[in-house]
Amino acid sequence: MIEIRDVSKTYGSTVVVDGVSLTLPKGGLTAIIGPNGAGKSTLLSMVARLLPMDSGQVMVDGLDVARTPGDALARRLAFLRQDNHMVARLTVRDLVTFGRYPYSRGRPTREDQGHVERALGYLGLSDLSERYLDELSGGQRQRAFVAMVLCQDTDYMLFDEPLNNLDIRHAVGMMKLLKGAAKDFAKTVVVVLHDINFASCYADHIVVMRDGKLFLQGTPDDIVRPEILSSIYATDFAVHDLDGHRIATYFT
Amino acid sequence: MRRNPLAILAILALIALAAAIGFMTIGARGSWSFILSFRGTKLLGMVLVGYAIALSTVLFQTITNNRILTPSIMGFDALYGLLQTLLVLVFGAAFISGLDARLLFLIEVTVMMGFSLILFRLLFSGALKSLHLLMLAGVVLGILFRSLSGFLQRIIDPNDFLVLQDRLFASFNSIDSQLLGVSFLLVGLVSAIAWRIGHSFDVMALGRETAISLGVDHQRQTLVILLLVSVLVCVSTALVGPATFFGLLVANLAYIIMPTAKHRHVIPAACLLAIITLVGGQTLLERVFAFNTALSIIIEFAGGLFFILFLLRGAIR
Ligand SMILES: Nc1ncnc2c1ncn2[C@@H]1O[C@H](COP(=O)(O)OP(=O)(O)OP(=O)(O)O)[C@@H](O)[C@H]1O
Ligand SMILES: [Mg+2]
Repeated sequence: MIEIRDVSKTYGSTVVVDGVSLTLPKGGLTAIIGPNGAGKSTLLSMVARLLPMDSGQVMVDGLDVARTPGDALARRLAFLRQDNHMVARLTVRDLVTFGRYPYSRGRPTREDQGHVERALGYLGLSDLSERYLDELSGGQRQRAFVAMVLCQDTDYMLFDEPLNNLDIRHAVGMMKLLKGAAKDFAKTVVVVLHDINFASCYADHIVVMRDGKLFLQGTPDDIVRPEILSSIYATDFAVHDLDGHRIATYFT
Repeated sequence: MRRNPLAILAILALIALAAAIGFMTIGARGSWSFILSFRGTKLLGMVLVGYAIALSTVLFQTITNNRILTPSIMGFDALYGLLQTLLVLVFGAAFISGLDARLLFLIEVTVMMGFSLILFRLLFSGALKSLHLLMLAGVVLGILFRSLSGFLQRIIDPNDFLVLQDRLFASFNSIDSQLLGVSFLLVGLVSAIAWRIGHSFDVMALGRETAISLGVDHQRQTLVILLLVSVLVCVSTALVGPATFFGLLVANLAYIIMPTAKHRHVIPAACLLAIITLVGGQTLLERVFAFNTALSIIIEFAGGLFFILFLLRGAIR
């Protein structure tokens, strides 16, 4: 269970995350949605201890992320950032192998190699594994970073916009993979999404942020409604029932 | 076919060995026991300095995530220059030349370590929030030291100034053998610590966020590595004078010729390249061409050309 208790972050005089309290139960896929600048990335960065919070507390499985030793947390929680940039020249396999660092301290065992191969396979990167990251397309690189996070094999996995740069096939594949991890391996997956229909079709739980605050939360049935979506995004929505899913349209 | 890193390291080691043998034997006349001890200490000195400069530059570039920085950006070179200027100004060149080399070494290392400890205290106490601010403070202090030295050098006795100028150029072949023991001890200590925490270097090179995500205590590790780097820089600067551009050169060469960015490949490669350049260069210069130009000048010149070339070709990222 991830418990976020009254967490705030301020830059200068601007409050970007404003007293957010949120409990994410163990297991299942949670989607975080909200407009640009709502504070989604900031909140996740604080949960993943990359950014110090100004007030509040985050507990993961009862461990305070601000106090727990980093290596213990790294075996429990993994985080994919929205923007990833590497100075070092790495191959895809090198990068994914780093996901095993919390366990192997840079000396991967046979078991670690197995994790690496599986992660590469899940994301369709086996053929690209010896390529350097700067020789990949944007979507291929994004998949390599996701593979690294999967390889870390933690109970809690946070992804900030994992569908960035992905084509339709790979976006659907990614969501199925994450859903499968939540369902079959009892992982707790938290995903920031901008595509409301992916959230509607795959999430067990949707959390909406707006202006640094927790705006709403609920099941897809609660959230994917025209009047609610309009109040989040200030855009006109229509919602249709298609094959048992609620699909929002907003293109015209 | 991707190049095999171990094969490259083996080739580099062979070239380094050849350079060392060349340095010891070419043009040797007279008593072997004299030559072995005379040239041997010089060789050891160059190996030690090459190793220290290469290791410190690679580690510094790892924690700063930047491949065109050297530890000199923290103001070490400038401080060394100011210290030498002050010593010559206050005591006179004759006194400094007559001073026990070990005492001088002690003074230099103490002052430079003291300086870095003050900088790190600022970082640790939270007065400076990030490594970038620390570097900025180093840059500003470096400018201050340089202008101070420049001013003082103007009021120095011209004869003393000549001596001073000589001291401010790195000279790799005049390392005092009395200083080798203590230098080896310090560098050995640093290497032992580096070896113990070496598994985290590759992760540190991925940047702060990724390193933390993978469970590395990034702030602590940065501080430890920074301390190691400053010991190495102090030792090498006190031994030969400011020569950090040389580190930039061998580190970047190592990144280019090694197929992976792993530290267990890049660090040995950079160290071997440094040894090859120093020992090989000195051999060619002294024995083959009978030149008396300082090797450091040629390294800076050739290194500068090389660097511009690679910047233009975009090989350095
Ligand atoms: N380092 C910073 N300094 C000042 N303001 C910042 C900083 N980082 C983020 N902000 C501000 O905080 C707010 C929240 O940013 P955040 O990245 O969390 O938004 P987001 O919800 O992830 O948006 P997006 O959907 O565009 O990724 C934004 O208004 C942003 O301008
Ligand atoms: Mg974001």
